[in-house]
Amino acid sequence: MELPLFMYLILSLVMFGCGVYGFITRKNMIAILISIELMLNSVDINFAVFNRYLFPGSIDGMFFALFAIAIAAAETAVALAIVINVYRIAKKVDINQITKLKF
Amino acid sequence: MSFDLSILVLAIPLFMFLFLGIVGVKMGKKATGWIGVASMLVTLVICYGIALTYFFQTPLVNGVHQTLIPYNWDWLSFTNKLVVRLGVLIDPISAMMLVVVSTVSFLVHLFSIGYMSDEVGKPEKGFQRYYSFLQLFTFSMLGLVVSTNIFQMFIFFEMVGVSSYLLIGFYYTSPAAIHASKKAFIVTRLADLFFLLGVIVMSYYTGTLDFFKDASHNVMASLLDNPQSTIAACTGSFMGCSAIAWSLTMIFIGGAGKSAMYPLHIWLPDAMEGPTPVSALIHAATMVVAGVFLVARMFPVYVLEPVVMNTILVVGAFTAFYAAAVACVQSDIKRALAFSTISQIAYMMTALAVSTSTTGEGSLGYMASQFHLFTHAMFKALLFLCAGSIIHCIGSNENSEMHGLHKYMPITSICFLIGCLAISGIPPFAGFFSKDEIIVACFHKNVGWGLWMMLVAGMTAFYMFRTYYLIFFWKKHETPAGKHQPHDMPWTMTLPLIILAVVSCVAGFVPAHDLVTANGAPLETHTEWPIAIGSICVALVGIGLATALYYKENGVPTRMKNACLGLWTAAYHRFYMDEFYQFITHKIIFQGICKPIAWFDRHIIDGFMNLLADGTNSLSYSIRKLQGGAVQSYVYVYLMGALAIAVVTMVCILI
Repeated sequence: MELPLFMYLILSLVMFGCGVYGFITRKNMIAILISIELMLNSVDINFAVFNRYLFPGSIDGMFFALFAIAIAAAETAVALAIVINVYRIAKKVDINQITKLKF
Repeated sequence: MSFDLSILVLAIPLFMFLFLGIVGVKMGKKATGWIGVASMLVTLVICYGIALTYFFQTPLVNGVHQTLIPYNWDWLSFTNKLVVRLGVLIDPISAMMLVVVSTVSFLVHLFSIGYMSDEVGKPEKGFQRYYSFLQLFTFSMLGLVVSTNIFQMFIFFEMVGVSSYLLIGFYYTSPAAIHASKKAFIVTRLADLFFLLGVIVMSYYTGTLDFFKDASHNVMASLLDNPQSTIAACTGSFMGCSAIAWSLTMIFIGGAGKSAMYPLHIWLPDAMEGPTPVSALIHAATMVVAGVFLVARMFPVYVLEPVVMNTILVVGAFTAFYAAAVACVQSDIKRALAFSTISQIAYMMTALAVSTSTTGEGSLGYMASQFHLFTHAMFKALLFLCAGSIIHCIGSNENSEMHGLHKYMPITSICFLIGCLAISGIPPFAGFFSKDEIIVACFHKNVGWGLWMMLVAGMTAFYMFRTYYLIFFWKKHETPAGKHQPHDMPWTMTLPLIILAVVSCVAGFVPAHDLVTANGAPLETHTEWPIAIGSICVALVGIGLATALYYKENGVPTRMKNACLGLWTAAYHRFYMDEFYQFITHKIIFQGICKPIAWFDRHIIDGFMNLLADGTNSLSYSIRKLQGGAVQSYVYVYLMGALAIAVVTMVCILI
């Protein structure tokens, strides 16, 4: 039996909503990073699902999903490096206390 | 000698300019100087060969000296008609100028070996640079006189200006020399601007730049072969005068700048800041005659425009008198000589301007001016080199520090005397013959101009002998303590003086009326004894007056000075021409025009730009508080915004 399209979209929407909520509410920078990953992955699901249901013959959506995963991995590595450096300098990872990088 | 060699006349000085300037620094100073002298000697020999071959061995066609064009290269071919060419043209006046320029240049090269060295013969700093610039100057001047077209002439006119700038400013550590060189360059450059405009106007209408047709080099149109058609081609007019009159006037202004005609003469007295041999070369014998040469070259066209000729006549005659009046009271000997140069150049211009045709009696003035150019170059170079010897010996230009040098420097004194006699127009010295022809030509035009020029001749005799007596007589020389007694200079400096003195004695017998005439054909001249005797008498009166006043120390000159102190002071300050220029440039142009423009630029234009920048800046400052540093609040705002836009979009779609 095949699940209907909207089930996948609901999953994706819930994941994205969790990501946004987490990004806005969490204070730990690592947790914020995880929230960003959550949002990215929800979008990847959309790519795959729409490709599967709307254009079964082609692989463009799959390809973009893979591409986004690779980019996300690189982005995560950079972000983690920044977080580690911020921690080394400021000895904290609380986003509310790191407000010096303005103007 | 074959005319194919004529290109060497330009090639040697140009090569030596580069060679001495680049390689000379590595060689010894003395060696550089002697190489310069030797190369100049070669140039001199070639120039003489060309001139002698041209005048005496080239057959005359229909009794006329032919114009030869051995070289004529197309340089810039813009269109079929507009071609700028570079070449070598030999006709009577350019052959004569080759002789004048190379002679004076060679003697100046030789003289400078001594002059540019100190007491013990050690060459000065910048010796190689000096010789290199001398070669550049010689190159420019020779290139000017052999120009085949007016644009080539303009190029070399500019180069003469540049080399004179370099040589006047040779002592670049002295502020006076720097100011003088800048002044000379700016004034002559301003005049050259008019020259260029004149060339453009003329070539616009006639469609050619070349002086003469040259079938062997495919030059089919020319300015001077048929001057009537040149004038007829210039159909335009502006403010009531024809285009040709405007262009000829502007070309004359260019020449007047170089030839130091009033009111563009102001650069020449200051140019005496350069080394004295340079003054002899540039400001007496060659560069200042460039303007005369220019007018003489364009003479066939000028002579058909009486309005322009009368303008030149008035300018020339006034300059002659003005400069002579100023020269009568100068105490700096070089400055007195400089004003005498201005006066004599004005003589040549006047002589050109009183000519009324290219043939017969009407062309006497043309011949006289070219003859005077030749003789004047010789005796003025002589006078300047004598002044150089004296200045080198005394270390000052002021005649108050000289006096009574006759006993110490007999050779220099005699040479100077010969120069003075020549410039005063005493027979049989060179100046008599040429100046007499000029005065005769002026009398042919009008008795008034003749008497005027005769008066100036008397003043010339007076101020030259005044200078002579104040240097060599007046009272006993007092050698300042710690200085050695003055004496004649080493042979490198005396030999040129002696050569030039001999030339000044005999140059008058050159048969100029057979050689340099307006149409190339020999001109019948006969001495008009009443005028000749009149001018000799005037000169003798001038000399007698100078002898009475300045031979032995007495109080009369001082009393005369005090009797008309105002006039004396005005003449001493050159009738305040420099102050007048200062007033025009500083008070009117700088203060009156440039200052408001600068204010407008600084306050209106810059102000508008600053307003834009300041506005952006203050706006940024006022809104930067929005960036609080709390990352999550940005996201929150962004999210709300995105949602709001989404809602609005959906509402729009649904409605």
